[in-house]
Amino acid sequence: MRFDKPAGSNPADRGTVLGQPLPRIDGPLKTTGTAPYAYERHDVANGQLVGYPVGAAIAKGRIRSMDTRAAKAAPGVVAVITTLDMDRLPKARMNVAYLFGGRDIQHYHQAIAVVVADSFERARAAAALIRTDYDEDKSASFDLAEQRRAHQDDEVEPMAKVGDFDRAFAEAPVKLDQTYTTPAQSHAQMEPHASIAEWKDGALTLWSANQMIEWSKQALAKAFDLPAEKVRLDSPYIGGGFGAKLFLRADAVLAAVAARETGRPVKVALPRPLIANNATHRGLTIQRIRIGTDRDGRITAIGHDNTSNTLPGGDGENGAAPTQHFYAGANRLLVHRPLEMHLPESNAMRAPGETAGLMALEVAMDEMAGKLDMDPVAFRVLNDTQVDPDNPERPFSERHFVECLERGAERFGWNERNRKPGARRDGQWLIGHGVAGAYRGAPVQASGARVRLKPDGTVRVETDMTDIGTGSYTIIAQTAAEMLGVPLDAVDVALGDSDAPASAGSGGQWGAASSTAGVYAACVALREAIAERLDADPEDLSFADSVVRHGDRRTPLTEVGGGEELVAEDKIEFGDFRGKEYLLATFGAHFVEVGVHAATGEIRVRRMLAVCDAGRILNPVTARSQVIGAMTMGVGAALMEELAVDTRYGFFANHDLAGYEVPVHADIPEQEVIFLEGEDRYSTPLKAKGVGELGICGVSAAVANAVHNATGVRVRDYPVTLDKLLDGLPDLA
Amino acid sequence: MRAFTYERAETPQQAAMAAASTDHARFIAGGTNLLDLMKIEVETPAHLIDVNGLGLDTIEDTDDGGLRVGALVRNTDLAADPRVRRHYGVLTRALVAGASGQLRNKATTGGNLLQRTRCPYFYDTNMPCNKRRPGAGCAAREGFSRQLAVIGGSEHCIATHPSDMAVAMRLLDAEVETVLPNGNTRAIPIADFHRLPGDTPQIDSVLIPGEFITAVTLPRPLGGKHFYHKVRDRASYAFALVSVAAVVQPDGSGRVALGGVAPKPWRREEADEALPRGAKAVMARLLDGAEPTHENRFKVNLAERTLAAVLAEAKE
Repeated sequence: MRFDKPAGSNPADRGTVLGQPLPRIDGPLKTTGTAPYAYERHDVANGQLVGYPVGAAIAKGRIRSMDTRAAKAAPGVVAVITTLDMDRLPKARMNVAYLFGGRDIQHYHQAIAVVVADSFERARAAAALIRTDYDEDKSASFDLAEQRRAHQDDEVEPMAKVGDFDRAFAEAPVKLDQTYTTPAQSHAQMEPHASIAEWKDGALTLWSANQMIEWSKQALAKAFDLPAEKVRLDSPYIGGGFGAKLFLRADAVLAAVAARETGRPVKVALPRPLIANNATHRGLTIQRIRIGTDRDGRITAIGHDNTSNTLPGGDGENGAAPTQHFYAGANRLLVHRPLEMHLPESNAMRAPGETAGLMALEVAMDEMAGKLDMDPVAFRVLNDTQVDPDNPERPFSERHFVECLERGAERFGWNERNRKPGARRDGQWLIGHGVAGAYRGAPVQASGARVRLKPDGTVRVETDMTDIGTGSYTIIAQTAAEMLGVPLDAVDVALGDSDAPASAGSGGQWGAASSTAGVYAACVALREAIAERLDADPEDLSFADSVVRHGDRRTPLTEVGGGEELVAEDKIEFGDFRGKEYLLATFGAHFVEVGVHAATGEIRVRRMLAVCDAGRILNPVTARSQVIGAMTMGVGAALMEELAVDTRYGFFANHDLAGYEVPVHADIPEQEVIFLEGEDRYSTPLKAKGVGELGICGVSAAVANAVHNATGVRVRDYPVTLDKLLDGLPDLA
Repeated sequence: MRAFTYERAETPQQAAMAAASTDHARFIAGGTNLLDLMKIEVETPAHLIDVNGLGLDTIEDTDDGGLRVGALVRNTDLAADPRVRRHYGVLTRALVAGASGQLRNKATTGGNLLQRTRCPYFYDTNMPCNKRRPGAGCAAREGFSRQLAVIGGSEHCIATHPSDMAVAMRLLDAEVETVLPNGNTRAIPIADFHRLPGDTPQIDSVLIPGEFITAVTLPRPLGGKHFYHKVRDRASYAFALVSVAAVVQPDGSGRVALGGVAPKPWRREEADEALPRGAKAVMARLLDGAEPTHENRFKVNLAERTLAAVLAEAKE
């Protein structure tokens, strides 16, 4: 099915199941510990061995030699495979660092060996016996600020250049020119990267934890020089991803290499202390933002110059991304400078670009509101735009940012906020309030599905879409139930298997909107097959209560197949109009109250509210879970999350979950989420957009703005930790 | 983790003898720190002596009005004991500020005193660390040192001692009772129990090889108001940037000890004397001689401000 014009009304509009606040259908499996995660799939292949990875001890250089004799002789060891045993494995385009093979070290904890043994403990013990000698490249740089200075005069093609920014900024009566930094962040997902691999008759099967089945199937085929049909990838349950599992990672490659070498199935998980440096992270950024306004607060010039770290071939974290379309302003200059360094691989993490960019932009907006002596809500409302500011010919399909701000302000009690920084106290706590806007695109990807109507009237949906804890199982079941008029519990959903039709996968907040559109397309095809059986026009059929109605005829779904299963498959493909004629995006507003201890600077979030504008919400329960989880992640980014760069050794020093702090329950207060009623018929046949990344956008800035409001101290270097506040807190008696 | 042999000790003295007579032996109680370190081969014992069957899990009144806490009393039980809560509030508050409920259920009184530093370079066996490998150098001094010591360190090591419990015990002038391999016992004032690193940072305490902790005794209660203010970046489940343990008497006198700033629980009796004159006066003595790094300089100011908050609360 092609989606090349705005959606009209269709059977999914009924909203009897779709759009209802239903608990997730996979919940009981999760709460009883019976959902099978990759590393625990003991039943899928007999005789599994365990591989334990070894990471490089240097950040850049070459391996001179590796001594594996002791490891090979250790108890239980079946094989030791080192990176010197093979050439570099070819990598897919989306991977930046090479994953295994060859002498060159690109980053710290790069995989250099896998030790295979009959137990995890024996593999781990033997892995510690490998001795590696390196020629270290001491010239590599790991200091982003230093690199930025070195490259400050480089000519870079702007991402966007509209009007005459320099002149407009120079002439603006009110202006801001500030630089903000955001640190590297770790996805810190609960389930480590893990895979089991088995080779049979030249074909490779990988049971893994992967967000993007089709991409990673193709990447495996490339790495191992196989035709794609000789690769099967299966990830029915995934314990969190946030982008960490978008691409093939070392666990998958090492498991496949080890299984090939040993002729037996091998499983590999990345140990937690290896993940931060071996796998991907959100890159560091240094962002210079310049905003000029007229005396009334209308933006006349906006500039965003972003610098980030990347290994050669990557793009880093593009903090300027959200500024391209968020606020009005006739003169615009946006620049992104990915600088090649040899820290580990920076790559996508939840709302790449927008998260880090809005951490800076939405503080800059707060600072501008302060300069203008305006309510920060009113300043944002004033600078709303209903058209793409880069190309005013292109309107937003739907944009209700102002409503998000105004509804949120009313609900939060914004009028009762502390208006003078540092002026409100509750005992030893300084109380502050902050607001920030949220912007994230609404991309989609082609997505396929197969739908089976069984003779017993139940429905099975098969697609390689993944559920990374987001609720995909549930919204896909709701879509099929709505389209075919069956109860939710009559729908069985099978996800994550590359033998099923290729889907959009989970990434870029496109998963929910795209995959349900694919299921919609397959269900339309099934309705057509049913119509053919009934010798009817599909347009004349209605489906409800497990019965097909056609005029006066009523045919139970159990009868339409005549005792046989009916199968239909289709995929949704999106036409150009969706981005060319209209700009699609999602919007939100975050409101936060914090307390800051007047003596110690300890920061505690006291209240949070998000208002989201994201088209039709397919399931308010799972969507809310997405948003409150994202708000939690935004609190982490605001207040504690930082992969600390050791610029001498070129690695992240705090590479475990004791050193890399994420919020605990005690850090998170009451969270409220409001979804604006609405639909975006330009987005998908179901008129839906994503919320999973929108939820984190702007949160951290709202927290940072609240801290400023509480204390009067403006912190422009994330995370906003108490050491950065101390000098500005009230003197003590 | 390397292969190791294992035995269960029958008596404290037998545990001490076994540890003294076996190369690379370690006692294991709750295992909440040792097992983690074994998995990454920071600790590589060849032999484990399981002391969990020794009893030593009761809290008894002492003749002079204090408490004797068995070495195997779990942190959860110690924190919840009504006598501790009533008379040694600072100890309960310190305990529940540490780790998580699950860890406190396993962690023991003796083991808590002996936990190793959480310096990130100690944990990464690719990095130079004098505490892990004497003579290798210290990556932390010029590195990621935000969490590390501002006082009491040396050019060889600036690791902090991570315990909260020990800070409260230092404040209370607890004594650590041990049994030696020869069967003798001794009582070590907690002030002397942990060592400063000097040029042997690999040695954390004054225990001799095989010496086994049997109990910690608390002297008779001090009275006064008890405080444990632990400052960290998140609200729970993190090691202290700075913690302040204090007992403040109605006349303004009292005691102060700090966690998170030094290789051992940090207290100077001469600083206590300044308490009636306020936090600045106390810190002028307590942190005199501090040598913070660029990254942890804030701790000096933070310690003073945290104590000031405690003293303000004491007046309420």
